[in-house]
Amino acid sequence: MFLSDSDLAAIVLTIKLATVVTVLLILIGTPIAWWLARTKSWLKGPVGALVALPLVLPPTVLGFYLLIAMGPNGPVGSLTQSLGLGLLPFTFAGLVIASLFYSLPFVVQPIQNAFESIGDQPLEVAATLGAGPWDRFFSVVVPLAKPGFIAAAILGFAHTVGEFGVVLMIGGNIPDETRVVSVQIYDHVEALQYTQAHWLSGAMVLFSFLVLLIVYSVNGRRSAFRFGGSDV
Amino acid sequence: MGVVLLLGLVDPMSEKTIDLRFNLPRHSFDLYVDISIPSTGVTAIFGQSGCGKTTFLRCVAGLEKDAVGSLNIAGQQWQSDTVNLPTHKRSIGYVFQESALFSHLSVKANLEFGVKRAGTNRNSDYSQRFDQIASMLHISHLLERDPLSLSGGEKQRVAIARALLLNPDILLMDEPLSSLDEARKQEVLPYLEELKSTFATPILYVSHSPNEIARLADHMVVLENGKVVADGPLVETLSRIDFPVQLGEDAGVVLEAAVLEINAEWHLAKVQFAGGELWVRDGGFPVGAQVRVRILARDVSLANSHHIDSSIVNILHGKVEVIENDAHPAMALIKVRVQESALIARITRRSANYLDLKIGDAIWVQVKSAALIR
Repeated sequence: MFLSDSDLAAIVLTIKLATVVTVLLILIGTPIAWWLARTKSWLKGPVGALVALPLVLPPTVLGFYLLIAMGPNGPVGSLTQSLGLGLLPFTFAGLVIASLFYSLPFVVQPIQNAFESIGDQPLEVAATLGAGPWDRFFSVVVPLAKPGFIAAAILGFAHTVGEFGVVLMIGGNIPDETRVVSVQIYDHVEALQYTQAHWLSGAMVLFSFLVLLIVYSVNGRRSAFRFGGSDV
Repeated sequence: MGVVLLLGLVDPMSEKTIDLRFNLPRHSFDLYVDISIPSTGVTAIFGQSGCGKTTFLRCVAGLEKDAVGSLNIAGQQWQSDTVNLPTHKRSIGYVFQESALFSHLSVKANLEFGVKRAGTNRNSDYSQRFDQIASMLHISHLLERDPLSLSGGEKQRVAIARALLLNPDILLMDEPLSSLDEARKQEVLPYLEELKSTFATPILYVSHSPNEIARLADHMVVLENGKVVADGPLVETLSRIDFPVQLGEDAGVVLEAAVLEINAEWHLAKVQFAGGELWVRDGGFPVGAQVRVRILARDVSLANSHHIDSSIVNILHGKVEVIENDAHPAMALIKVRVQESALIARITRRSANYLDLKIGDAIWVQVKSAALIR
């Protein structure tokens, strides 16, 4: 094996982080996407912009503010301390929370697009067939938006795997706690261990390529999520 | 009521009714409808595009959240000042303009979507009803198919079956044929006619096609800019020319009739209506069959004397009842009473002037063409 134990530990930690974040983001992002797709409120613009902010912000900016907020004097930090949870920075939980913000748009936007392209009619059809609101959501919206959910999960997972700036700001470099693959690669390069850096980086390139390949083939096969035309 | 009784139908005034009243302000018009319709048969909601007929149907279904009013159907109050049942609690079958089948479900799963939720698929007579509807609409061979692979006519038949399977208190059909081309329309129309004669479910049928209405409807409501401008039995309503129903070239009457005899040599059928007899093209109906005859105003001409030397076979004697200007300034619409029935003739105003037509005048009505539509 060309990967050291600490490399493997970093990979395991990264997968664990990305899995937890993806699951939480699907749960959090779905209602946000639903609201953004359906609302006629003037708040749609501001909320949409807020969700998309991590797309354009340098990760260090995001990490910096989260560090302040979760720090001993920040509002979140005060809260977690008063609840007896201690401080979140430089812990796995802190990294999860930071990643939630960082990857939010990559999950919300594909789901929102899928919801928007479904439109009102399938919901109205389901209502005339006796389906109540929750029933309509789970028996009509979710299956029709499935390609959107798949794309969201893959992009959320992959983007969390690839984060670096936020991790450095909020997570530091603690083995088995916050040392993810991207940080590990950085360490290898700093220590001039180019062979190790190559192996890990190559694995990341392959992983990223496969992820995008899956996303594109899923979306390609179900062209434009196939909601167009006269069918719902 | 004489005409109706003669043909063996029930006097509509003695029947139970469905009472509908809705008010909904929209951008282009305010919908205001307050009508009672028979609780059996097909009630056509007729009007030009944008007159509010689809909106009205959506109010009945509870799909227009802002609509206020009341709706009493089969003894149940679906909507009032204090009650407003959501769509999924109303016993409706809704057929949309475009089939609106769920693309993630098979045809069979589409059909079962509603009945599963109503719990009626566990009833003992369900499978019998399923088979009856599937075979009536000729979709039994499509059950395992993906809706995307169906033709337009097939999709719409599945959508109709899906609504019908629920055994709803009312069937709402929003221009169910409008997304189909002419050939597909002719394919689906007979299914609708059979549906109407097989099931007692009242049907609200939104359409802007006088032809479909003439074939299917028993009762007719005419909407214009969200308001009801005419409301009554089909035969009477179509023969009214005193309100601005813009039927254009389709202006004309429908007569309920019965086939008296078939002339095989000339492929003609003699029908009797409450005003006389007509020879029409044989439509394959047996002697004794109840049929409808549609006579367009443009196919009716008037004469002061009885000409027997023309090609026109059907000549009736009647009295001028109403004279109205038509949409085009050259034309006039003349309603002529022929015993218990009424016919409408479209003639030029110059001809009307030449014939010196006045209300109450006796006149000969020449019917150039009449279509047996059912």
